[in-house]
Amino acid sequence: MMIEVEQLTKRYAGHSAVDNLSFTVARGEVVGFLGPNGAGKTTTMRILSCFLPATSGTARVAGFDVFSQSLEVRRRVGYMPENTPLYADMRVEEFLTYRAALRGLDSTRAQRRLGDVLDLCSLRDVNRRIIGHLSKGYRQRVGLADALLHEPELLILDEPTIGLDPGQIREVRELIHRLGGKHTVLLSSHILPEVEAACSRVIIINRGRIVASGTPAELIRQSRSVDVLRVELNAGPADASAALRELPGVGEVASAGEAEGWMSFHLGVAAGADPREAIFQLAMTRGWKLRELSRRTPSLEEVFVDIIHADHR
Amino acid sequence: MRILSALILRELKALFYSPIAYVVLGLVLALSGLNFYLIVSAFSAGPTPVTVVEAFFNTGAFWFSFFAIFPLITMRLYAEEFRLGTYELLQTAPVRDWQIVFAKFTGAYLFFLLLWLPTALYFGIYRWIAREQAAPALGNYFGTYVLLALMGALFVSVGCLASVLTKNQIIAAILSFVALAVIFNFSILGFVVPNLSPASRRVLSYFSSVEHMYEFNRGILSTRPVVYYLSGALLLQYLTYAVLQYRRWKF
Repeated sequence: MMIEVEQLTKRYAGHSAVDNLSFTVARGEVVGFLGPNGAGKTTTMRILSCFLPATSGTARVAGFDVFSQSLEVRRRVGYMPENTPLYADMRVEEFLTYRAALRGLDSTRAQRRLGDVLDLCSLRDVNRRIIGHLSKGYRQRVGLADALLHEPELLILDEPTIGLDPGQIREVRELIHRLGGKHTVLLSSHILPEVEAACSRVIIINRGRIVASGTPAELIRQSRSVDVLRVELNAGPADASAALRELPGVGEVASAGEAEGWMSFHLGVAAGADPREAIFQLAMTRGWKLRELSRRTPSLEEVFVDIIHADHR
Repeated sequence: MRILSALILRELKALFYSPIAYVVLGLVLALSGLNFYLIVSAFSAGPTPVTVVEAFFNTGAFWFSFFAIFPLITMRLYAEEFRLGTYELLQTAPVRDWQIVFAKFTGAYLFFLLLWLPTALYFGIYRWIAREQAAPALGNYFGTYVLLALMGALFVSVGCLASVLTKNQIIAAILSFVALAVIFNFSILGFVVPNLSPASRRVLSYFSSVEHMYEFNRGILSTRPVVYYLSGALLLQYLTYAVLQYRRWKF
């Protein structure tokens, strides 16, 4: 096990940021940490990277306790804090060389790793630039390069794609994807398609507690969110929505607009049911014209909103 | 060792990458240049009972520039890292807190020592132009610079402690400025208060940098000030370390 967290609690005056949290992450996993703002993601990551002490409970990284064997943990973790704080007055190469020295890399290894991370994070063309003059996207990548320098067993990335444009987000996502397997990665993000694409497992936390955990596909399967059918037809003066509602497997029927006689409907579908054929048959027998019939499974985003919503009730 | 030298180098670079180093250098050079000019003018007017070195290190201009620089050198040490969040990088790297404390002190201290190197040049210039020694013996120079180094160790430590207590550089500067002002006032209390009992005068003299300067200027190296400055510096560095430890474990 790379990360073992047991009954971890972090209390600030009056409220618990992390409340009795327990989870494990196996070696080589890429785990996404999801949750609304203030859910305790950053606090948990800070405890794991030895920046904050927990109020109670234990956390172990690679078998070492984050509190009593903090130095061992810090040697094995590459941590990129939220908002990527960096020394704005240093040049990229200078900063990374300094950070390599802090990690105790000897100069040959530091040189080799510097070259590696500059390539890996596409920083070659800015390595002589002053960090303070770089764009947000480049700074983010400098932070990532810093976290990767010492080939850590565990990478902890707090919001690695926040503030990036879509192109940069894709680059970082691909980078994280490449890192998985070689490194264990724990990342937090608000961008759910992001997590869906990059992570082998997702942990959703809310108000300091885990509310769901599993692969994105599992979470979607288990969720209460239902599949949605989109139907667009021309039924003339007939009442199409009442007829659709009577079909087996169809739940809610919502009208989604009407133009020139064409009516759109969003149909909630019970788990396991597929009334698409029945809809086609219905249209045939009634002589309706049907021009769209598509099925959409809920996205992780909808599942997430649903889970958090349910937790607050 | 590699970690320590990397940390110290970083501190020195941070000073020289910011305008602070140049402002402080300029301030010290301007004031000590003025100081030197005034002393040489006074000396050329007639015979005086003191040497140039003694006179140089006992004027208001010297003491002002001396005390004014510490808040400027030390205010950013910790406060800036706390505010910018870069301390998170430092604290999550495999670096021990005492290494951070030692490196931050050493960086600021080396810069402080550097500031006073040009003053040695003044005495060389004096000797060259006036064709006489600025002080009768090497001991005068030696004592003076040893005391500067000792005082620097303590006062840089005051600044370190002030900076570790806040994430606002201005507050750090004010804290250390107030602390240094108190220390300096203790230094001159013995001279300005007329009816002091001999006992309290004696106690005050132990803490009086101005009196220490008087002694060391003449080449008298007494151990009491040495113990005072070094133990004070150590105590303050230990407190700084304790604050860091507190931040790490008790936040």
